[in-house]
Amino acid sequence: MELGTIWFLLWGVLWAVYFVLDGFDLGVGMLSPVIAKNDTEKRILLNSVGPFWDGNEVWLITAGGVTFAAFPGTYAVMFSALYSALMLLLFALIFRGISFEFRSKMESEAGRKLWDNIHFLGSFLPALLLGVAFANIFKGIPIAKDGIYQGTLFTLLNPYGLCGGVLFVCAFLMHGALYLSCKTEGALRDRAVKVAEKIWPALLLVAVLFLLYSAVATTLFKNYLDNPVLFIIVLLPVGGLLMQRVFIGQRRMFAAWVASAVTIAGVALFGVIGLFPVLLPSSIDPAFSMTIANSSSSPLTLKIMLTVALTFVPIVILYQAWVYKTFNHKVTEKDVEYDEAY
Amino acid sequence: MDTLMLSRLQFAAATFFHFIFVPLTLGLSIIVALMETKYVRSGDEIYKRMAKFWGKLFLINFALGIVTGITLEFQFGTNWSRYSAYVGDIFGPLLAIEASVAFFLESTMVGVWVFGWDKLSKKMHAAAIWMVAIAGNLSALWIIIANGFMQNPLGYVMRNGRAELDDFWALITNPYAWGEFAHVLTAAAMLSGFFVMGVSAWHLLRKNEVDFFTRSFKYGAVFGLIFSVAVALAGHAQGNLVAKLQPAKLAALEAQWKTEKRAPIHLLLIPDEANQKNAVEALPIPGGLSFIAYNDINAEVKGLLDFKPEDRPPVTITFWAFRIMVALGTIFPLLAIFGWLKLKRLTEYPLYLKAMILAIPLPYIAIDCGWAVAEVGRQPWIVHGLMRTKDAVSPVDPSQVAISLAAFIIVYAFLGAIDIYLLVKYAKKGPVH
Repeated sequence: MELGTIWFLLWGVLWAVYFVLDGFDLGVGMLSPVIAKNDTEKRILLNSVGPFWDGNEVWLITAGGVTFAAFPGTYAVMFSALYSALMLLLFALIFRGISFEFRSKMESEAGRKLWDNIHFLGSFLPALLLGVAFANIFKGIPIAKDGIYQGTLFTLLNPYGLCGGVLFVCAFLMHGALYLSCKTEGALRDRAVKVAEKIWPALLLVAVLFLLYSAVATTLFKNYLDNPVLFIIVLLPVGGLLMQRVFIGQRRMFAAWVASAVTIAGVALFGVIGLFPVLLPSSIDPAFSMTIANSSSSPLTLKIMLTVALTFVPIVILYQAWVYKTFNHKVTEKDVEYDEAY
Repeated sequence: MDTLMLSRLQFAAATFFHFIFVPLTLGLSIIVALMETKYVRSGDEIYKRMAKFWGKLFLINFALGIVTGITLEFQFGTNWSRYSAYVGDIFGPLLAIEASVAFFLESTMVGVWVFGWDKLSKKMHAAAIWMVAIAGNLSALWIIIANGFMQNPLGYVMRNGRAELDDFWALITNPYAWGEFAHVLTAAAMLSGFFVMGVSAWHLLRKNEVDFFTRSFKYGAVFGLIFSVAVALAGHAQGNLVAKLQPAKLAALEAQWKTEKRAPIHLLLIPDEANQKNAVEALPIPGGLSFIAYNDINAEVKGLLDFKPEDRPPVTITFWAFRIMVALGTIFPLLAIFGWLKLKRLTEYPLYLKAMILAIPLPYIAIDCGWAVAEVGRQPWIVHGLMRTKDAVSPVDPSQVAISLAAFIIVYAFLGAIDIYLLVKYAKKGPVH
């Protein structure tokens, strides 16, 4: 396989891993107002993702960094074209990250309430914006010659883009609810299970709509029709969705969470495989699209980066897996009494 | 204002704000790690309390350092897209390596350290904070190698209308970058020493937990003393490199207009940039500038007038930032050595303790001035000699940048205020029993 192709696939996989990992902690952040009834329960939710959320978010930094390193041309056009959307995403992530540290240090109820709201918005906006951004990437954005963007923030808020946004929000809500149903006990867990049951039909509806809409609004299916064997990829989100419901029915919540992870990764991979070999299509003229061929780094850079990635990413996966194993207990009131808890 | 100026202001604001938090992260993580190691070795609970108390301040500071760092990575694409496309083949990998080699480890292990006091063995727990400290400093290394490329581009060839990587080894062994790394790291360690001394001084002045804060002060004093000297030596070495590699920056930071041999240093100097001369020039030390730049009092120093006007850095900012940095730099070793000598009887010197509280912001000012020298002094280049800043900016509408700049200023001021409020609050609260 060519280096550019390998990096294209790795690029897609990195985004998929990021969505799967940050997806559940963003989901937990969005669910807090629904699921947690008092301060202790809110803190249980925050602490359920406490040891993990920061490490999860680095996958975003790495996905961004890899876009920069392997496809600098795409990085340049994508980030400048999506300027306002990315700034919003950035501010949301800044506020969310800070809210973990700051909320627990507020002594007044009003102060905690303020940071609860900030945490909710800081979780909801990234989910929505990432969905909107990726749907627009799948569809193509109005970039003209030299990567100059012919639109505004509102250009991105088209029906297909919004459909992607709603899909991400629903998928992350589900992912967070399933995570909480694994990580909590008693009333909290029951509420999380119930929420998951309620979200499922909505998620199914949006997912089906998105898939059908993609056939109309994008050319993503072209690669699949050319190589029908690729339809296996489409089976991932479809199968994941169905299995989620089965596992929730059986109350096998961890299995349901895995199915949800497969769904999320499947949606991302479905889009990325559909895009190949384009990273950022232009809706004005395919000649202005950013592709592997016109935006990738030199072979030397790609080779060095591949060595680094193949060495360090497995190490990262190993120690992050160790962290998940070390803190795999159910989070309860006892954990909230811990000195250093959020 | 145009997109270029707005983007420059935004990048400057984001970088300076980010760097308020980074140096304390780099240095204090090591100090906390040393305290916890001492606890593991001696079993003395006081060191555990020290690690927890200073660790809490570390974490409050760490949170803002992390989130403001993400801003910088985004901005290369959002605001400097032409730069990203032109040198991304070299610059991009350095950021990606930083994330995968260092930032992952730092962010993952900080969670382990916070939540792992009861879950891990003492040794494993201490290992977690060491990994945070090592990864944080390693992260700084990769970022500075990236900055080193902008200061002294090496290891590239011009091909396909852009700069492409040619020699990775040359890129990562860039002497400018390593000199800069030494200067930044020693500065960060020194700042952290002064932070620990200052906070301890506040408590010692009130005779709170005298034993606890005397022991803490000792860590601060050792760091403050060693690294206030080391930072000056590293800075001098870096100055020599600047003289060799970036003569226009050297001339700007000394406001040296004319080329001369045996160039003096003026103890009293006020540059007049508009008229391309100095308004006041007094108390010369003959050959002083030639000596500190080239270690030779007779060496020739090239003046600003011998650079084309479009190749000259802004003189006023570069000059004053450098003077402030150096002036502050001379105070630090004196303050640290006094504390180190009187370590056993600190409470008898209330005036000194008060001075140490007031001294907490000074290393911050010195470090941000240092970055102003490095970055403003590099202008008009974004990559020295290779790409001009004006050619690097994104083709985005100025209104977008104006809005995001305003948002940055408001949000950062808000977050900075809360963060400093919390740092002061928890610093004053003292250790938990």
